Amino acid sequence: MNYIASPIAIVIFLAFVGFVLGLSFYYARKAKSAAGYFAAGGTIHWFVNGIAFAGDYLSAASFLGICGMIATMGFDGFLYSIGYLAGWIVALFVVAEPMKRLGKYTFADALDSKFNSKNIQLMAAVSTLAVSVFYLIPQMVGAGVLVTPLLGLPHWVGVIMVGAVVITIVATAGMTSTTYVQFLKGGLLIIFSTVLVVAVLNKGLSTAPSEQAFAPKQLNAATVMATGADGYTFVTKLDDEKSEQSFVKLAKEGIESWWLVTGLSLEEVQSKTETADGTLYNGAPKEANLFKPVGYIATLRDKDGNEIEKTGKLGVFSYLAAVDRSDVVRYPKGAQVKLTDGEAHVTLFCPTVTKGSDLLIPGQKFKTKTPIQKLNFISLMLALFFGTAALPHILIRYYTVPSQRDARKSTIVAIGAIGFFYILTLFMGLGAMTLGVMDVADGNMAAPLLAKTFSLVLFSIISAVAFATVLGTVSGLIVAASGAVAHDLMDKFMNVQMTDQQKVKAGKIAAVVVGIIAIILGIAFKGMNVSFLVGWAFAVAASANLPSIIMLLFWKKTTAKGIAWSIGVGMISALGIILTSPSMFVQYGRTAAEALHGLDNPGIISIPLSFITLIVVSLLTQKENIGLREKA
Amino acid sequence: MLHEPAAKQEADNASDWKAKLGIKLFWLYCIIYMGFVALAVFATETLKTPALAGVNLAIIYGMGLIIFAIILGLVYNHACTKKENEMNQKGAE
Repeated sequence: MNYIASPIAIVIFLAFVGFVLGLSFYYARKAKSAAGYFAAGGTIHWFVNGIAFAGDYLSAASFLGICGMIATMGFDGFLYSIGYLAGWIVALFVVAEPMKRLGKYTFADALDSKFNSKNIQLMAAVSTLAVSVFYLIPQMVGAGVLVTPLLGLPHWVGVIMVGAVVITIVATAGMTSTTYVQFLKGGLLIIFSTVLVVAVLNKGLSTAPSEQAFAPKQLNAATVMATGADGYTFVTKLDDEKSEQSFVKLAKEGIESWWLVTGLSLEEVQSKTETADGTLYNGAPKEANLFKPVGYIATLRDKDGNEIEKTGKLGVFSYLAAVDRSDVVRYPKGAQVKLTDGEAHVTLFCPTVTKGSDLLIPGQKFKTKTPIQKLNFISLMLALFFGTAALPHILIRYYTVPSQRDARKSTIVAIGAIGFFYILTLFMGLGAMTLGVMDVADGNMAAPLLAKTFSLVLFSIISAVAFATVLGTVSGLIVAASGAVAHDLMDKFMNVQMTDQQKVKAGKIAAVVVGIIAIILGIAFKGMNVSFLVGWAFAVAASANLPSIIMLLFWKKTTAKGIAWSIGVGMISALGIILTSPSMFVQYGRTAAEALHGLDNPGIISIPLSFITLIVVSLLTQKENIGLREKA
Repeated sequence: MLHEPAAKQEADNASDWKAKLGIKLFWLYCIIYMGFVALAVFATETLKTPALAGVNLAIIYGMGLIIFAIILGLVYNHACTKKENEMNQKGAE
C-alpha cells in the first residue's frame, strides 16, 4: 500500500522519542554502579515493574504481529495471545520467586548459584545472547514496517532509527531508563488499544465498503476482449498453472490493470508490477495512490439468519457472534498470484471469501489435518507455554524489585495487564479484517491502519505507541544481552578484573555492539511476519533455558555439567530445526518442499531433548555434586 | 558491593510451602491448557459449537484461559501473602 506521512504523526512521534531520551539522560546520572545499571538498584515498585513487564513483553510481535495475523487469518492469530499469556503461569508459579531468591543481575546467576561452574556461565551467557538476538530480529523488522506509514521513510531508515534511539536509552541509564520507558509504553499501549476497541464495537459491522477501500469492478469478459468496453481495451491474457486461474490485462487511459476471469465476467484485482524502471501499483507509480486497502464483509446476517446491511453498535459478545454469522472477503498471502509478463514481475492480490464461523476457529494458517501438521501445532503451543518463563529479558526484570513478594505481585500485575491486552487483540484484528483497512502486501500494519479509519490523530497516536512498543522491548533485550556479555562472560567466566564502573562501561559497549547487530538483522529479515519470528525465539528460549531452570529447582541430582549440556543441546537442536525448516527455506529463496523436514516449530523435539540431556548427563556426573551445599 | 544481590533478601520460611502450591496450580492450568490444544488439534470442528451468547467454544475457551490465569494469579498471591505473614512474623510487611 502507499503511505503518505502525516505531520501530526511526525510531531507525536518526535515528542515521544524526545521525552524518552530526556528520561534516559535524567536517569543516567543515577546509574553509575553495576547494580544500578543492570538491575535498577533493585528499587522499582512492584506495580511499576508489573506494567513494565507488560511493556517489555508486549512487543511489536504482539501489537503488530498478532493483530495482523488475526486480521488476515482469524482465530489462528489469537492462538498466540492465548499461548503467550499462558506462559506467564509458568513464570508466576514456578520461576518468579526462586529466580529472585537465587539470582543477582542475570538468570545465569540463578542457574549458577549452587555450582560456580565455568560451563554454566558460558552456556547461559551464550543462550541469553542467542535468544535475545533471535527476539531482536522481529522487533527491528517491526520498526521498519512502522516507519514507512508513520514518517514516509524507507524500511532500513526505520530500523536504523530504532537502533540508534535504543542504543542511546540503554547506554545512558541501563535498566532504570529501560524500566520507565517500558512502564510508559505498556500503559499507553493498553489505554489506546482500549480506545480503539471501543471505537470498533461502536461502529459495529456493515456490508457497505468504506470509502477508501478497494471495491473491485466487474466487466463482461466477452465484450471487453472482443471490442473493449467502458474505455478498457484488451492487452493480454495469462494463465497461472499453480492456482489454475486466468488473468487478463486491460488498458484504459494509458494505465494497465489486471482482471481475474470468473466464468463469463472479469473481476478487477490489485497488482504490483516490478520492472527494470521501477514498481507500479495498479499500473501507476506510487504517487498516483491507486493502491487501496482491502477486506470487507460480503454477507451479514442477523440472529435469525436474515441478511442485513449493518448491525449498528455492538457489545463484546454480540460483535463476535455477528462476525461468526457473516461471510468475509479477505486477501490472504496464500491467494496471491505471481506472474511473469514479458520483462515484468507481476504480483496479483486475489480475494477469498471465508465464512466467519471458519475464521473463528483454528485452521486458516495452522492446518491440523496431517500428523506433521498436528505435531507442528502442538509444538508451537508448547513453545509459547514454556518460552515466556525462559526469556532472559523477562527474567532480569525480577532483579529490579526489592523482594520476592514484590516479584510475585509484579508478575500478577503483568498477567492482568497483558491478559487484558490480549483480549483486545481479537477485536482489533477482526476490526481490521472487516473495515476495509488492510494493506494487501503487509499484514503487520493492521492495528495502526484500523486506527486510521477512525481518525488521523488516533492513527498517529497508535503508530507512535507502536513505535514506542518496539523501543521498550528492544531496550529490554539489549540490557539482557549486555548483562550476559559484561556480567556473565567477562566478569564471571573470563574473570576479567573490573571495578564497578568498568563493568558498567563494558555493559554499555556490549549494548552498542548488540544494537548494531540488531540493526543489520532487522534490515536483512524485512517482510517476514513478526509474530512468526517471535514464535521461534520462544522455541529457542523454551528449549535452551527452561529445562535447566525447572530441574535446578526441583531435582536435587542436577549437576553443573547437566545444566551446561542441556542448555547447549536445547539451543543447538532448536536452532538446527529452525534453520532447516520449510519457512527458512522460503526465506533462503528456495521452496518449502526442498526443506530437510516438515517441522516449522522445533519445541516438541528440542524441549524434551534438552530435559533428557540434563537428566542423562547429571546422572553420569553425580560425583561432582558431592560436597556441594545448598545455598540458603 | 559487587558481590551482593541488587536488593537485600530476608529469610523466607514460607518458600517451600509456596513452591508446592505453585506447582499444584501450574499443573491445574497446564491440564486445562492442554485440553484446549487437544480440542484444536483433534476436534477442531467442535470448537465451532456456540458456547455462550452466540459466541463459539474456541473464543470462550481461549478468553477463558486468559481470564482464568488472572484469577488463579490473584488466588495464589492471596494464599502466599497470608502464609508469609503467618510463617515470617518478623519479616512480614
